[in-house]
This record gives sequence, C-alpha cells and structure tokens, in this order.
Amino acid sequence: MRNMIKTQSLTKIFKIGKKEETDLVAVDDLSLEVERGEVFGFLGPNGAGKTTTVRMLTGLIRPTSGSAQVAGFELGKQDTEIRRNVGILTESPGMYERLSAEKNLTIFANLYDVPDIDKSVNKYLSMLGLWERRHDAVGSFSKGMRQKLAVARALIHEPQILFLDEPTSGLDPEAAKTVRDFVEELKTEGRTIFMTTHNLDEAERLCDRVGIFQQKLLTLDSPANLRDKMYGRRVVFHLRELQPAWVELVANIPGTGEVETVDNKLVVSLNDPEETNPEIVNALVESGAKIQFVGEIRHSLEQIYLEMVKSSESGQK
Amino acid sequence: MKHIRTIINKEWSEVFKNRWVITTMTMLPMLFTALPLVMLYMTGGSEVSAGIGAESSGLPSGFTAGCVGLSASDCMQIYLLNQFMLMFMMMPLMIPTTIAAYSIVGEKTTRSLEPLLATPITTIELLAGKGLAAVIPGILISYAAFGVFIIGSLLIGLSPAVIGYILGPTWIVGVLVLGPILSVIATIFAIYVSSKVSDPRVAEQLSGMVILPLMLVLFAALAGKIVINIWFMLIAIVVCLLVAFGMLHLGTVIFDRENILTKWK
Repeated sequence: MRNMIKTQSLTKIFKIGKKEETDLVAVDDLSLEVERGEVFGFLGPNGAGKTTTVRMLTGLIRPTSGSAQVAGFELGKQDTEIRRNVGILTESPGMYERLSAEKNLTIFANLYDVPDIDKSVNKYLSMLGLWERRHDAVGSFSKGMRQKLAVARALIHEPQILFLDEPTSGLDPEAAKTVRDFVEELKTEGRTIFMTTHNLDEAERLCDRVGIFQQKLLTLDSPANLRDKMYGRRVVFHLRELQPAWVELVANIPGTGEVETVDNKLVVSLNDPEETNPEIVNALVESGAKIQFVGEIRHSLEQIYLEMVKSSESGQK
Repeated sequence: MKHIRTIINKEWSEVFKNRWVITTMTMLPMLFTALPLVMLYMTGGSEVSAGIGAESSGLPSGFTAGCVGLSASDCMQIYLLNQFMLMFMMMPLMIPTTIAAYSIVGEKTTRSLEPLLATPITTIELLAGKGLAAVIPGILISYAAFGVFIIGSLLIGLSPAVIGYILGPTWIVGVLVLGPILSVIATIFAIYVSSKVSDPRVAEQLSGMVILPLMLVLFAALAGKIVINIWFMLIAIVVCLLVAFGMLHLGTVIFDRENILTKWK
C-alpha cells in the first residue's frame, strides 16, 4: 500500500442553527494523498479546519460528504480499525493529572490492546526522558513533559500513521526542540506523519510536503517546489561597483530571466542556477566586474503561506 | 471485557486519589446508618413503647392494620424502619451519582476525552466501564452499611420481632435488589447528563435530581398514602427494571461521540 491517507472530496459542514445559511463549512472538498513514510504538513490559520480534518481522519467525527481511506481502511465503515492503526497527539495533551505517567500510558496501552504493555510503556518512558518521573502524578509535570508523555501515548501501540495536531504549540523553545527532534527520529524510522502546525520553520524543516489549507486546500507541494512555483529561483550577485552595461550583458545570457538592480547588486531570475551561474560569473569577470559574492535568494515558507492565505481571504470577501 | 476493566480501573484510580470524594462517599452512608440506629434506640424509651396503643400513636391507619400481634413499641419501630429503608435505598443512588456525574464532563474539562475516544474502545465498552465504576462502589457501600445496621440493631437490643422485620423479605428485597436497580438508573441518568453539559457542577446538580422520585415515595409513606411492604417492593422492582433497560438502550443510542466532542463549549 503506497498511500497511507487518501481523501476524495472530503467535506465537513457543522449545523449551527436551523437555517442552511448559518451552517459552518469547516472542510470543503479536500482531496489529497499522503504516502507511506511521508511527513506531511497541514498548514493554515486558526479556524481553518485543520483539527476538524484530523478528527475526521482519525474516525472521531463523521464527514458530511466525500470519502477517505486511512491505513487502508475505509473511513465511516472501518473506524475502529482506523483508530487501532493511527496515533493522535491532540492539541492539548489531556492527560489524567492525578495518575502517574506510567499509569497514564498503561491505561492507553490496554485500550490499544498492546501485547507487551510493560515493555512498551518502559520503552517510551525511557525514550522520552520520563523514566525518572514515571511514578509521579502528571499534574506535577511541566508543559513540555506533558507533551512528551502525550507523544508517548500516541505511539504506545506503534501506529502506522501518526497525527500530530500542533505538536509544539505553547511549548518553550527547549521542549519544542525535543518534540521536533523526536519527530525527526520518527521520520527516519519511516513512519507516516500528518502534522498540523503554525510553525512554518518547523514545517519547512520536518515536512516532505505541505498543504496550505483554509477550509479548502489552497496549494500542495514540497516547500522547495512551492517556492519555485511562486517565485522562481533568484540569484543575487554582489559587485564592488555596478555598471549599467552589465545588466544587458547578463540579460542576454540564455536561461536568464528578469534582471533587477539593487544598489551594487544584480538580482537575476534563473530557471537553472546551477547551469547558468558559471556563465554569468564568467561574463561579468571578463567585463571587469569584481564579484564579492553570489547567493540564492530563498523565500521562506512563511512568505508563501501568508501570500496564499491572504489571497484566499480576499477571494472569500 | 479488557477495555471495560481498564476504564473501571482508570475511574477508580482517579476517584480514590481524591480525598474529598472518599470523604463524601463514606460520610453519607455512616450518617444514614447511624441516624436510624440512634432513632430506634431512643424510641425504646418513648411513650409509645411505654404502652400507648398503636391506634392512638398517630401512625397511619393503613400501616397499623398490619401491626396485629405486635406491641405498640414494635409497631412504631417497624413504621420508622420503613422510612429508614428509603434512606438505605438512597445510598446506592447518591454515591454513583457523584462519580458518574463527573465521568464524561470531567474528561471534557481536562481534555482527556478526545485521546480516549481516539482509541479502539466502543461506545458500549466506554459506557459500561464508566457505569460499572460508579455503580459497584455504591452497591458495595450500601451493602456494607446494611450489614453494620443489622449488627447495630442487635447491639441496641431491638426486639426479635423488629430484628425479624429487618431481616425479612421487604428489607432484604428493598436493599439488596431494588437498591442496585435504582443505582443503575441513577448512574445512566448521571452519565447522560454528564455527556450533555459542560460544567461538572451543573452535572452534579442535575444528576442529583434523580433522587426526587424516591423523596416523593418517602413523603407519601410518611403521610400514610402508601405502605411499604413486599408487594410494593416487587412492583417497584418490575417498574424500575423496565426503566433501567429502556434507559440503557436509549443511552447507547443517544451517546454521540461527535456531538460530545464538538458541541460542549
């Protein structure tokens, strides 16, 4: 099975009042595929429908229309099997605060029918650095420790797919890093991870592909491809001084797009920088230009995200 | 069964870590056991027992008709026992209500409900686990309180006729059979309320209303409008069993995971 998650026109409408006009469309016509071993980032502003999507895909709430297969099981028909094969880290850890870390994990290991409960519980308590505090009530834990425990709970039954809903939300930088490092480790283990996040830097670092979502899927690709699609690739040549003739010189080199000047810099749009850069450098040097350094302008995922969300919002108005 | 056992174990682990819940659960049965014993002990020296006839004691005529062959004192004490029996039937209602009323709304407020519902547990397993975790302590405590009451009754020197009444079919069926059925009804009602509200205090207040029908029976008995005897108990058992099964069926049908997760704020 290649696709671990596959949705076709998945839609969720919440009935708010008696009239149809008051209905809230939380997820509209979502179609996507997530492959085995992929880390998929689901990005969107608050209220975009990310948590609703996760809840639908984990069999917690029913879609209004559309269909989906999760871990090879049909949503709406095999929800118990889906729940058995996925792990979920909810937005809030939601632990049993009066009970110990060990007891919390043991309860969930039992509910997931884990074969060797003690072994699994001990493994994750150790792996997430909670072994020393295993007998302590979770109520005495820091936010970061609770989140780690929630990650352990989501993994206790070794699920094929892991849903992480805002995994580092509200954590201090150190705790957030621990969780991120752990997700990276899971990625190397080949687990399929579906992650919603606001942290675009995190998404860029961890995700193979991202989907920008606001009720609808606005775009879907790898962060690098999204950048290329939206802005193309641009290289900046820092020169000691800039002569106007060099702009035309560079613009005439095959494979070169638009050429802009900013102070003593030439900003060149290129289809294939690896191929064209040496030719531009040669031409400039031969013309007497003194190149101080060359670099590629990298648009952050944040810029792409903000632009997509903004245009979606203005489109809705 | 494993999932049900896990939920029961989880509920008890949480409940019994809370000292206040334990205090509430033990104080009430102690009070409900001690109060009748004190009252029965005191009536041993009252005017009624000093020889005033049952007819002139102010007891309802429907009740005194059954006092043939008993001394006025015994008749009075049996009359009192009938009212106390309702207190013993309240016990298995009140304790489960405290636990069950918190069972779902508590998980909502601590945000632990979503991870729990995301496990492969079925709705029936979840409700059975939550329900049994509430019902079992209530029944055990009320049985224990009844045992203490019997021992206490022997110690304060009640007459053989009165002891015989306590160990007779009305009390035995009332406390050992009707009490647990009432407990199941109260628990289902409390879990239903708990799944519908967003505040644990509201859940407890509303769930407590389940005691009202029993209070009505108590007042009706005090007023002499009904006589609590074995026939009353048997009819009550049939009615309550029907209600319990109806509520069990309805409970599993109307317990909607999605609504509980999304419509409680």
